[in-house]
Amino acid sequence: MRTKYISMTALTLVAGASLVALAGQPPRPASGSISGKITYTGTPPKMKAIDMSKEPSCVKQHPTPVTTENVVTGKNNSIQYAVIYISSGDQGSTAPTKALKFDQKGCQYIPHVLAMQVGQAFQIINDDPTSHNIHPLAKVNPEWNKSQPPGTPPLNAQYPKAEFIPVKCNVHPWMHGYFIVLNTSHYAVSDDDGEFSIKDLPPGKYTVTAWHEQFGTQSQDVTVAGADAKGTNFVFKAVPY
Amino acid sequence: MGKLFAAVVTVITLVSTGIFIMRVWWLPQIISAHGASIDRQIMETMIAAGVLFVSSQLLLSLFVWQSSDTSRQRKIKTFPGGATPMVIFAVVLVGLEVLAMTFVGSKVWASVYMTPPDPDSMVIDLQTGQFAFYFRYAGPDGKFGTLHPDKINEGNQNPYGLDPANDIASRDDIVVGTMTIPVNKPILLTMHSKDVTHSFYVPELRIQQDIVPGMLIPLHFTATKTGRFEIVCTQLCGLGHYNMRAFLEVVPQDQFDQWLKTQSQ
Repeated sequence: MRTKYISMTALTLVAGASLVALAGQPPRPASGSISGKITYTGTPPKMKAIDMSKEPSCVKQHPTPVTTENVVTGKNNSIQYAVIYISSGDQGSTAPTKALKFDQKGCQYIPHVLAMQVGQAFQIINDDPTSHNIHPLAKVNPEWNKSQPPGTPPLNAQYPKAEFIPVKCNVHPWMHGYFIVLNTSHYAVSDDDGEFSIKDLPPGKYTVTAWHEQFGTQSQDVTVAGADAKGTNFVFKAVPY
Repeated sequence: MGKLFAAVVTVITLVSTGIFIMRVWWLPQIISAHGASIDRQIMETMIAAGVLFVSSQLLLSLFVWQSSDTSRQRKIKTFPGGATPMVIFAVVLVGLEVLAMTFVGSKVWASVYMTPPDPDSMVIDLQTGQFAFYFRYAGPDGKFGTLHPDKINEGNQNPYGLDPANDIASRDDIVVGTMTIPVNKPILLTMHSKDVTHSFYVPELRIQQDIVPGMLIPLHFTATKTGRFEIVCTQLCGLGHYNMRAFLEVVPQDQFDQWLKTQSQ
């Protein structure tokens, strides 16, 4: 028994010493960034109008009919809702403590794509005067399926493993979104001009991957040397069907 | 106490019969060609059941009233021969009534289900799934695309699992969540479910049809009045059943043509 205690104490001391040694190393400056634009060539599919007539409270919130969001394009062939992240070369970091928000409003998910880090907390909010039933179709992470009547407090959630999770509402079949759970804290979602920027990157070599729900993934190697690695563009090939 | 019970039973019987006779809560308007025959049948059933209901309740009151006097040592009368012949008598009586209603009603049922649809019917492919109705029109080519269950994706508004990349017939299929039809035009619905049993119920059409997974269920009708009517699911199909509904829009032919044209673009 005594031997066990001694060995455990020794192990703890060694582990503690290693931590102190690690902490003593000067951190690499995180000053670089990667930015660019997501665009397409070809003809993207035409988005379909969503008929929300069974939910009058949601119809009221949309002066013009809402369309599907699986391909949202903008000016100059830009693509919104692509997720761009460091797939290799990242040094690792702990998840931010600030919770992200995923809103259900007008019978739509806002944002359509929510990117997060493994272990990062996020809140699911129902801003509609009707019930929603949020059902993320996780395969690697635990799958759950929760009802959220109007006026209920936000649901708190987080995912322990990296996964691209489609999200649906069991009550309103047209509601569709994604939880993108990543191993890195260095990611971005392209905006309505297709632009993105991944900030606070230490200098180094990285593999950057862009994912889009309809067009798949693309990767490229990028070297960050202190300044902004501009022009890290991704071009997806779009087909109408 | 017995006399009070007899009086209460009589009052309940008369009030509930009065509600039916005065049509306090009555059926909604009829908007289908076959609706009147369904209503006639409902009426016949109602009268047959009503006569039995009223007479049995009043007899019950009468017997309770007569037997309520406990002051005298009365001998309790029983049905001639005891309980067994009484049960047989009741089963035969009710059985005959149900059989009679079945034979009379089957004519109306057959006129809706056993007659072939009009050859000029417009076909609408109706698909149900938790918790929505979808309606598919063949589009300008008049042909429906093939269904591929593995391609079903409601988030992308492809609830039928169409494959426009490889199946040309499916490219112009119109898939919508509201059923728009022209007035006075025979409609043939081909109904199927992608998960559990649902039901297509439009009270004004006098149609209530279960949609059983694995079956393709045809149903034809002609709407005779324009307007907007609710389509509801009447089979408890899961958590969102309460919210499973759609709308039927019956519009004039020219308005329908215009709508179809807009949808095809």
